[in-house]
Amino acid sequence: MTPSSNDVTRRGFFAKIALLFNGFVGLALAVPVFRYLGSPVTRERKPGYDSWLPLGSLDKFPAGETRLATYRNPMVNAWDGETADIACWVRNVDGKKFQVFAINCAHLGCPVRWFAQSNLFMCPCHGGAYYQDGSRASGPPERGLFEYPYKVEGDKLLIHAGEMPTPGRSASNSKGCSSCG
Amino acid sequence: MRLIGRVGEWFDQRLQLGRPIRDVMQHPVPRETASWWYVFGSAALTIFIFQIVTGILLALVYVPSAGEAWNSLQTLNHQITLGWFIRALHGWGSNFMLAIVIIHFVQVFLFGAYKFPRELTWILGVFLLLFTLGMAFTGQVLRFDQDAYWGLGIGASISSRVPVLGPLLVKLLLGGPIIAGATLSRFFALHVFVIPGLLIGFVGLHVLMVLKLGVNEWPMPGRIVRRATYVREYHELTAKEGVPFVPYAIWKDIAFSGFILLAIAACAVLLGPFGPGGQPDPTIIQTAPKPDSFFLWIYALLSFLPPAAETPILLIGPLIGIVVLLALPFFAGEGEKSWKRRPIAVLVILVGAVSLGTLTHLGQHTPWSPVMDAWSGQTIPVEYLKNRTPLEHQGALVFQSKQCHNCHSLGGEGGKRGPDLDQVAVRLTPDQLVRQVIQGGGNMPAYGKNLSPSETAALVKFLETLHPAGQAPAQDASRAIAETDQH
Repeated sequence: MTPSSNDVTRRGFFAKIALLFNGFVGLALAVPVFRYLGSPVTRERKPGYDSWLPLGSLDKFPAGETRLATYRNPMVNAWDGETADIACWVRNVDGKKFQVFAINCAHLGCPVRWFAQSNLFMCPCHGGAYYQDGSRASGPPERGLFEYPYKVEGDKLLIHAGEMPTPGRSASNSKGCSSCG
Repeated sequence: MRLIGRVGEWFDQRLQLGRPIRDVMQHPVPRETASWWYVFGSAALTIFIFQIVTGILLALVYVPSAGEAWNSLQTLNHQITLGWFIRALHGWGSNFMLAIVIIHFVQVFLFGAYKFPRELTWILGVFLLLFTLGMAFTGQVLRFDQDAYWGLGIGASISSRVPVLGPLLVKLLLGGPIIAGATLSRFFALHVFVIPGLLIGFVGLHVLMVLKLGVNEWPMPGRIVRRATYVREYHELTAKEGVPFVPYAIWKDIAFSGFILLAIAACAVLLGPFGPGGQPDPTIIQTAPKPDSFFLWIYALLSFLPPAAETPILLIGPLIGIVVLLALPFFAGEGEKSWKRRPIAVLVILVGAVSLGTLTHLGQHTPWSPVMDAWSGQTIPVEYLKNRTPLEHQGALVFQSKQCHNCHSLGGEGGKRGPDLDQVAVRLTPDQLVRQVIQGGGNMPAYGKNLSPSETAALVKFLETLHPAGQAPAQDASRAIAETDQH
């Protein structure tokens, strides 16, 4: 009983069909897997990550001063703990105009600190420094501090936030700011 | 004894592993390779297994949740019997593993082991080095403290600079819009499942190839590798002066592995576990984040790259480095193996070691960072304030209260961001001092808007006193003439 060459081709053909079948099943399964993996990206497109968040009443931010404020990130899971509490710097320019800066240095995202005496923000990581209006003073950052769009409703200060600002996202950030006027 | 033999036979009839294992044990290796220089690969494997064991022990308690991870580490450190010791073993094991892997990498490079026919062994080794670095970074994230939190911020900021794909990569890295629970979960999956799985697979192939192709012979100057003849020459060498791997070579491997495990245990007992540092609460901003020691050199590099060159170097540099390492056996697959005949190879290792060492040292001292509390916590040397006028004392106060001390040191205290000012009066004339303070420049912020004219005058008066006793302060040459003209 030696298998004829014909027989081998038939079995070989079945093997190829079976492989092809597996390939289709694999592809069909890959689609939901990749959609699952891409969820952090695709979720943004639907409602978006940013929303208007209250920072508290205006009297927390006296005119001419820069104060630390915190907010709870709008997109939050029950197990996020304290990581969902985000800080930002609020500058009350003249009692009417505000500037709200992200805590993250525009270089690599470390938390910048405000020094009221010298009117500078300084970064503890690589020594980036910014003036009180957020513009770059010295050090490795290529740009000024990230700024959140803000609005005043009644006696409340609100900012449009919800996503960690990073240097690569500066374009969309500045777009958001131009809309706030 | 006969019973043991029969049980063994019963298993071997079914497993059929006895013969391949005996072959591996008895396979001849070149006599000179039974050397203390050849123990690092096996030591790396030993530590890897040790890390898996201690990692599983930690996983019995650790909670990979952003809200609870830090607390579970505190429980490990303080509540659970010897929990601190298991954490210390895993932490020190990580440091030793990276160190041994790097030593192994340097040794096989200097011994020309990447040349024909061991190219693929080298390539897998490059990936094993990268995976080990990946384990170190993801492990640092699982120690979910302030450094881990802001370290992720640095990772996200770097990823965001990738053209076009940047924002997308940030979200994939963080698992959402911010560093939070989803971020820790995915780093847990990477650290515990994905990278160890890759490591196990790659280590298996790496070791298999060492056994199949034979361990790299001791390089002799003048013994040239040629594709046409190498395999025959290697077999002649092992046939002529080969020794069985067991026990001639392996006893050193076993002894060294034991020594390394003992060293890890000793470090763990004497120096204890790493952290965790402060709570991962992003609203606590009184922190100066720093990576673990093996990434300090990158941290240092990031402060020295000029802003415009930083993004391209950050994104393209590692890629070029990896491609060069992977391509190395293809453009240098033949020729001399001995380091004595490969001066460029030796130079590359020396330059690399000196660069990494220097950057790591700088990363420990961070001279580029302002000392955030120098203005309130560090002093001006008393002799700088003796016999000074009230105006000069006023200037010293301005120096402290305007945070000048954060970046400029006096008497060795204070920041190293800017030049020390102990002898600034010799370098700059009073007019130049005024200009520098008001306009800034040379990486110094301009203080024009933040100092009143009287504060500037006092500050400069104080700075003018900072010169050695026997050396006159700098003077504008034309000033004396202008003053004599007036009289």
